[in-house]
Amino acid sequence: MHVYLPIAELSVNWFALLVIGSGVGFLSGLFGVGGGFLMTPLLIFLGVPAPVAVGTGAAQILASSVSGVLAHWRRQNVDVQMGIALTVGGFLGSALGIWIFTLLRQAGQVDLVIRLCFVFFLGGVGGLMLVESARTWLRRTTSGVRTRKLHEHNWLHGLPFKLRFRRSKLYISALLPLTVGFVIGILTAIMGVGGGFILVPAMIYILGMPTQMVVGTSLFQTLFVAANVTILQSITNQTVDVMLALLLIVGGVVGAQLGTRFGARLRGEQLRILLAVLVLAVGLRLAFDLFTTPDDFYSLAPEGHG
Amino acid sequence: MKAARVTALAAVAMLLSLGTALRAQPLVADLSQHLVAITAGFTGADIVMFGATDGPGDVVVVVTGPPKPTIVRRKGRLAGIWVNRESMLFADAPTFYGVAASKPINEILAHNQLDRHQIGVDHIRLLPPNPEARRDDIPEFREALVRARQRDGLYGGEPGKVTFLGERLFRARMALPAKVTTGAYRVQMYLVRDGQVVTVQTTPLLVSKIGFGADVFDFAHKDSAFYGLVAIFLAAAAGWTAAAAFRRL
Repeated sequence: MHVYLPIAELSVNWFALLVIGSGVGFLSGLFGVGGGFLMTPLLIFLGVPAPVAVGTGAAQILASSVSGVLAHWRRQNVDVQMGIALTVGGFLGSALGIWIFTLLRQAGQVDLVIRLCFVFFLGGVGGLMLVESARTWLRRTTSGVRTRKLHEHNWLHGLPFKLRFRRSKLYISALLPLTVGFVIGILTAIMGVGGGFILVPAMIYILGMPTQMVVGTSLFQTLFVAANVTILQSITNQTVDVMLALLLIVGGVVGAQLGTRFGARLRGEQLRILLAVLVLAVGLRLAFDLFTTPDDFYSLAPEGHG
Repeated sequence: MKAARVTALAAVAMLLSLGTALRAQPLVADLSQHLVAITAGFTGADIVMFGATDGPGDVVVVVTGPPKPTIVRRKGRLAGIWVNRESMLFADAPTFYGVAASKPINEILAHNQLDRHQIGVDHIRLLPPNPEARRDDIPEFREALVRARQRDGLYGGEPGKVTFLGERLFRARMALPAKVTTGAYRVQMYLVRDGQVVTVQTTPLLVSKIGFGADVFDFAHKDSAFYGLVAIFLAAAAGWTAAAAFRRL
């Protein structure tokens, strides 16, 4: 039942990996997110070293975004022009992210920063989502219809290098998607996540994209950034474990399909409340480890590694 | 294991027939195996050491794994969370260390002799590489290094037993845990009389990864750009296959 992971240098029960893969896949299909933000912490709980969890996460995200993009492509829900702008930003961001990752690894702080990023983003996104979905739920029971503008005009629309994005019906500065992509790229490299859970809100609220284009386009960007991170992590840190990635992918794709079907039967805000609770729980678990007194204050590392 | 015992017996028999050679050499010894192969299901290995002496005396066996520069980091509290703070680099920390002796090592050799030959976990030479960097908190970091390695079963705490069969033949056993580092190990067998090392025999022992896992590891480290491309291709192909497979359902 045990399989030796050659890069993680660890024997793990392969059945456990399939269960984790399909569990995260199920949730990602259910909620329409990549699931990397759950996968990386779960691998860390399982004993996989954080750098390997992050590097391998990128390969797993690549696989799930390929299958996701193909599904959205058929429904013409991908804004290629916007996707390219996000990707260019993402490439630059992930290159910077890998460089930061290597520096942190040398300084012995990579574990800490990965955990801190997760606690911060999971706590933030989970909290916001919980508040937002609880409000929608309450409003539904008290009724009342609100009209909303397509998007607000603010200082962001005064930025130079304006471009017309036909698919998304937007006329905005090219700097906006570049910057959003750049930030997500850094996070992908450091946290081993696709960044969907940050990218999707950013595309809706900062770029003002129509909701039906958002998921397909974000997956399009994720695909290229994850591929870039996979190869950069392989070259700089040798932390991509193909054996681990394949086991997770096999479980993940099956779970995602089941999740998508199951998700169609649940109401939107119920789903979001569930997701918010889940996200917060993972964040709290990681935060707990940061604050509890360790068993041994000392830890070992080979020279030059985290 | 049975095979190891048979080779051990065969070798001992051979040693006995070479009685004349023994008179020239005070200690003749060998290992049950010179190669430990780490395969996919590796859960550790037992090394059997055996040999003969030319008369009464005590035998001490030391097995040392390939030394590697190792950083020890100490966590401290910063704004409520535990963060790596101070660190210390140890130049040549053996990745494995095990001792076996026919009597408690303190009864065989004096303290300074143990230090000189690095016999016993407390006597391994563990120091930062450059003398200027030596601080007065070395003992704490050294202790932490030993403690962490002992937790993984890599530094044996209590010395193992070297058993004598009669007056001249001895054997000892050393367990290598599943977590051992690969590389060239050194097995040193000391013959001690009246508190003095009479002779030492050094035998190499190779621990190496074998099979698919080893190939993947080598590939990832030696040809990392190509490995990355293969990883991308595998992941993308898996995603594509999944999308195609579920489209038909």
